[in-house]
Amino acid sequence: MSSLINTSRPPVFCPGCSHERITHTLDKAFEKMGLDGNQVVIVSDIGCSGLFDTFFNTHAFHGLHGRALTYATGLKMARPDLKVIVTMGDGGLGIGGAHVLSTCRRNIDLTLLILNNFNYGMTGGQCSSTTPQAAVVGSGFLNQLEKPVDICQITAAAGAAFVTRTSSYAPDLVDEMVAAISYDGFSVIDMWGMCPGRYTKRNKITPKSIEVDLANLPRFKGPVAENQRKEYGSGYREVAAQLPTPARPDKIEARFQPPATGRQEVLILGSAGQRIVTAGEIFCLAGMTGGWHATLKNDYPITVLRGHSVSEMVLSPQPVDYTGIDRPKVVVALADEGVGRRKKMLARLGSDTLIIKAAGVTLPDTGATVQEVVFKAQKIKSQDWALASLALLAQKNRVISMEMLKAALTVRFKKAILETAVELVERVSE
Amino acid sequence: MALSFIEGNEAVALGAMAAGCRFFAGYPITPATTIYNAMLTYLPPEGGVCLQGEDEIASIGYCLGASMAGNKVLTATSGPGISLYSEQISFAIGSEIPLVIVNVQRLGPSTGSATKGADGDIQFMRWGSSSGLPVIVLAPVDVADCYRLTAHAFNLAEQYRCPVFLASNKEIAMTRESIDLDAIQLPDITTRKAADRNKPFLPFATGSEDTAPNFLPIGDRTLVRQTSSTHGVNGYITVDPDEINAFQNRLEKKLKAHVDEFTFFDRDLDPQARTLVVAYGVTARAARVAVATSRADGKPASLLTLKTLWPVPERLIIETAAPYDRVVVVEMNMGQYVREIQRLLPGKQIDFFGQMNGNLIKPEQIREVI
Repeated sequence: MSSLINTSRPPVFCPGCSHERITHTLDKAFEKMGLDGNQVVIVSDIGCSGLFDTFFNTHAFHGLHGRALTYATGLKMARPDLKVIVTMGDGGLGIGGAHVLSTCRRNIDLTLLILNNFNYGMTGGQCSSTTPQAAVVGSGFLNQLEKPVDICQITAAAGAAFVTRTSSYAPDLVDEMVAAISYDGFSVIDMWGMCPGRYTKRNKITPKSIEVDLANLPRFKGPVAENQRKEYGSGYREVAAQLPTPARPDKIEARFQPPATGRQEVLILGSAGQRIVTAGEIFCLAGMTGGWHATLKNDYPITVLRGHSVSEMVLSPQPVDYTGIDRPKVVVALADEGVGRRKKMLARLGSDTLIIKAAGVTLPDTGATVQEVVFKAQKIKSQDWALASLALLAQKNRVISMEMLKAALTVRFKKAILETAVELVERVSE
Repeated sequence: MALSFIEGNEAVALGAMAAGCRFFAGYPITPATTIYNAMLTYLPPEGGVCLQGEDEIASIGYCLGASMAGNKVLTATSGPGISLYSEQISFAIGSEIPLVIVNVQRLGPSTGSATKGADGDIQFMRWGSSSGLPVIVLAPVDVADCYRLTAHAFNLAEQYRCPVFLASNKEIAMTRESIDLDAIQLPDITTRKAADRNKPFLPFATGSEDTAPNFLPIGDRTLVRQTSSTHGVNGYITVDPDEINAFQNRLEKKLKAHVDEFTFFDRDLDPQARTLVVAYGVTARAARVAVATSRADGKPASLLTLKTLWPVPERLIIETAAPYDRVVVVEMNMGQYVREIQRLLPGKQIDFFGQMNGNLIKPEQIREVI
């Protein structure tokens, strides 16, 4: 195997920049592993670490600041066979922090090379998430007030399975890289280095001082014992292979003659837990067994277990254009929460609208025909009132018939639940 | 006739699967979440990938990576998510990465109302990226369109190598409708054209000044470069003003010069009418009722329903509007697309009706304006 360095585009780093060392070390690592250029993708972030993809004869992906791990994840999920290397500076770590944490948690087989030189070299040496508080940088006094992060502790705490902290000048850096790239899971190497263009002008730092500083920090070298687990992509594919083939949507045949003609608007006003949405669906399915077109809109608050639940249904012999409800033929009022949402409309209704109202529910003044039902006296629980109300409509052939309702129940329910539902719709009475 | 009872979001997922989508990533957001739910059901068992990103920026980033590996990709969000997508959308435009984005619009501004509909992002989708270069935006009217136009959106993304938006709306996306899926004619499936492997590969070279480059995936035998930086045909940074100029012009022309090939619309024209109603999205359904009522009342009116919004189908609009004295534009916002109509039809009386209060515009409201 030979070098993957792109000789037509030699590195352009400042003299003395540790990035150049890392470039050649990475090339040696590829060479040691016997990798061809087309087996490798270099995904580079923004800043001087963002130049890396151009120096190699490999696949290359250079995108937005801090987002390199997101592209790398997409690439790796689509092409698990590729070796995906991400080069990122301490700037990318900060702006893309959420992506770093998520990648650690996932343990997808990528290698993150952190070119950590404690400042934003490309924009004027401003402070980054790893700048020491005592450093003099291009952000004035701001870095003195912020604690730098220890990215090795953070990534290990977030679940990274392989974390190494080292110097860009470490004699065994190539072996560390080979170990990280070979590791089947997410691997991170935090490489401390020097930025002669910006940082080392005002902050004394040498390969030797880096070595001394590193010796005083918790050691990270390779696999993190407590984070060893299956690689995300292989785990994903294993689980996915066991999943059943999903069914496509049911088809409803038109089998019955509906008892009404023209557009039918129906409204159910209830509260959470009353199975309003399910009743709305059953009503529409019933309409469809009569050859009608149907639309269903549901309205409920984000707290799905409390508050109003409203379903708006339109049945029509023609495809439904406008899906709003202004002149309902029937309103089913089962809870004050739902009624509260449509007070203005209820007040406008005339006697051609039938309101089926559960006992205890308060309606605003309305011209509609109101029929009160005491479900409790029939030992029907609140969660069944909506379906029971549909049964009352079906019993009087109002909008839907009983055969349409039962056919809809057969589409929606199976076995014991179906039996209970059929028993309910037969038993309820006015 | 056998009908299924599905919402617009599920129809989007079915359209995506029919178009060959292999990868979805998204972050949950009402009213777009059920697209993610459906893709999570459909994709993994068929060998595809569905991911939940840690945020919207990550979700679309996953899609861009997977698209460059050769997958057909989909993401879905609402206005707040489109804001976060913005920089990645600019990347997809400039670096010609095929991608379908469903924007299930909800009432804004900002977090606004998660469960109320609006068409408030119509100009935002067109202009919400750096550079101002064009994108494609298709607008479904109903569940059937969600199915059909999603398949078209994939084809267009593949053909023109660009982000394609589906401008949905909570009122279509989360409304269940009876629909005969088998009766809907889907387009033949298009897949991005592969470059000739026997020639040296230049990732951004094209045969003409208004087409997209041929594609090879990252991971191919041939090395592939992708970059968000201003690049030459070889995928490396360029500073040559002539090369940059040619590139920017090509990105502009590759969509604008071809919009007639993907102009989707419905027309219901009355030769007696002097008024043309222009609408799109869910509002077009109320407009249909309003136009029918108006005719029944003895006041003829015509209706143009636009389903391709961007690039603006200028020829269609100018030709359709030619015989009319007056054009009524109705939108579920405070007046966005009407700007394009005014620009194209300077000699005509243009009246606008808009509403953005979380409710559908009613047929009677449009009838009054007619």
